[in-house]
Amino acid sequence: MIEKGTDNVSVELRQQLGLLTDRSTEDFWVRIHKRAMAGWKFGLSESFFRKTLYVAGTFVLVILIAIFLSLVVASIPAIRHFGVGFLFGTTWDPVRGEFGALPFVMGTLFVSLLALAISTVFSLSISIFLGEYFRGGVISAFITSVIELLAGIPSVIYGFCGLFLLVPVVRALEIKLNVAPYGVGILTSSLVLAVMIIPYSASIGREVISLVPSDLKEAAFSLGATRFEVVRKVVLPYARSGIFAGILLSLGRALGETMAVTMVIGNSNFIPKGIFSPANTLASVIANEFTEATGRLYLSSLVELGLVLFMVTTVINIFGKVIIGRMGMEDK
Amino acid sequence: MKTSVLRSRMNQVFCFIIILAMLLVYGDKGLAKETELIGAGATFPYPLYSKMFDVYYNENRVKVNYQAIGSGGGIRQLINKTVDFGGSDAMMSEKDLTEASVPVLHIPTCAGAVVLTYKLTGDPKIRFTPEIVADIFLGKIKKWNDGRISTINPGLKLPDENITVVHRSDGSGTTFIFSDYLSKVSPEWKEKVGSGTSLNWPVGLGGKGNPGVAGLVQQIPGSIGYVELIYALQNKMPYGTVKNKKGSFVDPSIASTSLAANTELPDDMKVSLTDTDAQDGYPISGFTWILVYKEQNYGDKSEEKAKELVKLLWWMTHGGQKYADPLHYAPLSKKAVEKTEKLIKSVTYNGKPIMK
Repeated sequence: MIEKGTDNVSVELRQQLGLLTDRSTEDFWVRIHKRAMAGWKFGLSESFFRKTLYVAGTFVLVILIAIFLSLVVASIPAIRHFGVGFLFGTTWDPVRGEFGALPFVMGTLFVSLLALAISTVFSLSISIFLGEYFRGGVISAFITSVIELLAGIPSVIYGFCGLFLLVPVVRALEIKLNVAPYGVGILTSSLVLAVMIIPYSASIGREVISLVPSDLKEAAFSLGATRFEVVRKVVLPYARSGIFAGILLSLGRALGETMAVTMVIGNSNFIPKGIFSPANTLASVIANEFTEATGRLYLSSLVELGLVLFMVTTVINIFGKVIIGRMGMEDK
Repeated sequence: MKTSVLRSRMNQVFCFIIILAMLLVYGDKGLAKETELIGAGATFPYPLYSKMFDVYYNENRVKVNYQAIGSGGGIRQLINKTVDFGGSDAMMSEKDLTEASVPVLHIPTCAGAVVLTYKLTGDPKIRFTPEIVADIFLGKIKKWNDGRISTINPGLKLPDENITVVHRSDGSGTTFIFSDYLSKVSPEWKEKVGSGTSLNWPVGLGGKGNPGVAGLVQQIPGSIGYVELIYALQNKMPYGTVKNKKGSFVDPSIASTSLAANTELPDDMKVSLTDTDAQDGYPISGFTWILVYKEQNYGDKSEEKAKELVKLLWWMTHGGQKYADPLHYAPLSKKAVEKTEKLIKSVTYNGKPIMK
């Protein structure tokens, strides 16, 4: 009896694997054993592999949707109570049950964007340095590992270093400028955050810059361009979308960073007035108050803050992707 | 392979897998001979509880696992019935009690004081009145050399520096005790801010936990904050004296905290010790409680476990009290222990008291 093959395998091979036998004389267990052995020897079939990939991909999507839904469901009491006013409310009063997200949204955006501005200067320079000037060799390897090490340091350590090393320095500066000598505040958190997010844009930037085709650069050199002009006019425009993607990754990290920020931001639930004033971010207030929050409205408001953070991150990511797409299309 | 051999081998493998699965699922039930109690809650008494539970395990072979997640967390977990007992510096509110729906006992284990610590050159010993404290934290008194402060501190020369207020950024029992005190002594505070574990502070920076507040105060010149006495003592931070209800400026100490509890105590021990009537009691003090359900037969709780819990509570309020003093906690006074004994004896299983 010859069985129909689904895998396009020759008859001889199947005979060798022992699949061509008279079914009726075979015991159940023996057939299973033979099938398992055949699969093992032959490797997984195409459709099985494809199915696994689909399942894995769908799984990730399902998890994302599940996170979003659980945030929404848990915030319903707060949404129903405050409506859209929650996003613009400036009071955070757990005793009276009045909650508003505006001070935290402003604090988050203020701190993250400032940190991004500071870090981009450094990460762009590092990317060009490692992608263009020092591509290989000991220096490059050393600096690359150090940058990657920065990404591996736990955020609590950053918080400690910020608290014990950076805060006194900022305080001395504030005393000199005759401002309130807090030491903690937006400037300090932005500086700590900036150092934390450098590795993300630096490594992606370096990759993309080193992938610029050398014939483009050589063409520019042959036309008499200097090194700097080549970087400015050939390398950077080519790598633009990749660099921007790296920056976007850094911003995403900065928006969600909790521990390092909460230790140096001053935790004052008011809209920040200036660069030296203390503030609070969405992630920081959730981390501080969630474990002790009692009462449905309080808990629900904290979850709604989480939902707001989720939406802010999503919107910025979508916006960024659109810009990357536009950047990529302009070249083609 | 011969068919019969293969079949028996397959059967063996099959049986083995089934037995393994059953062991994984049910194995731990038979093996555990030791009882384990789980608690969660306030961070303030954590060092004391840590020591107590360690000693208790060595003496009685009963493991007690306590997670310091904060008073609010402790209350929540007790209401959710995920823990055997909760720890809290704040009494359960009406809302919490209705959510729990069955009676919850508040068993005090020790008392603590909240002190005002500050950073000024020379570490002066400053005297505070209740009104001054409230106005500082409301942001109405902005400088150290304000007339009201210097009037009651005639011997001190206070600098012309801005007062930077530091408070807690996380929900805490310390905040609860402090704000409870301020609500009693300042009608404006009660109206504007109120009392609770998390507040809408009118001014100031927030630090996370006692270490956060202490760290900020130690670093910012001219700052003032509130921390647990235990913490200020261990970190050698200066703290001020506060005028109590009877008019004396009391220095916070383990002794004066214990004295604060030497007043009329209600039977259910749900009492705030702030603004105490006691002659030499420190006015910003409070008990910390262990919260347990009065009726212990809930969920799948065995009578054995309920008995162990009651034994633990009895030990913590009697034999375990000797560990409080070396760790700078104020032990319960005799009157407090008497009332607590009655409370512990009222814990029931199926309606019958567990301890006679």
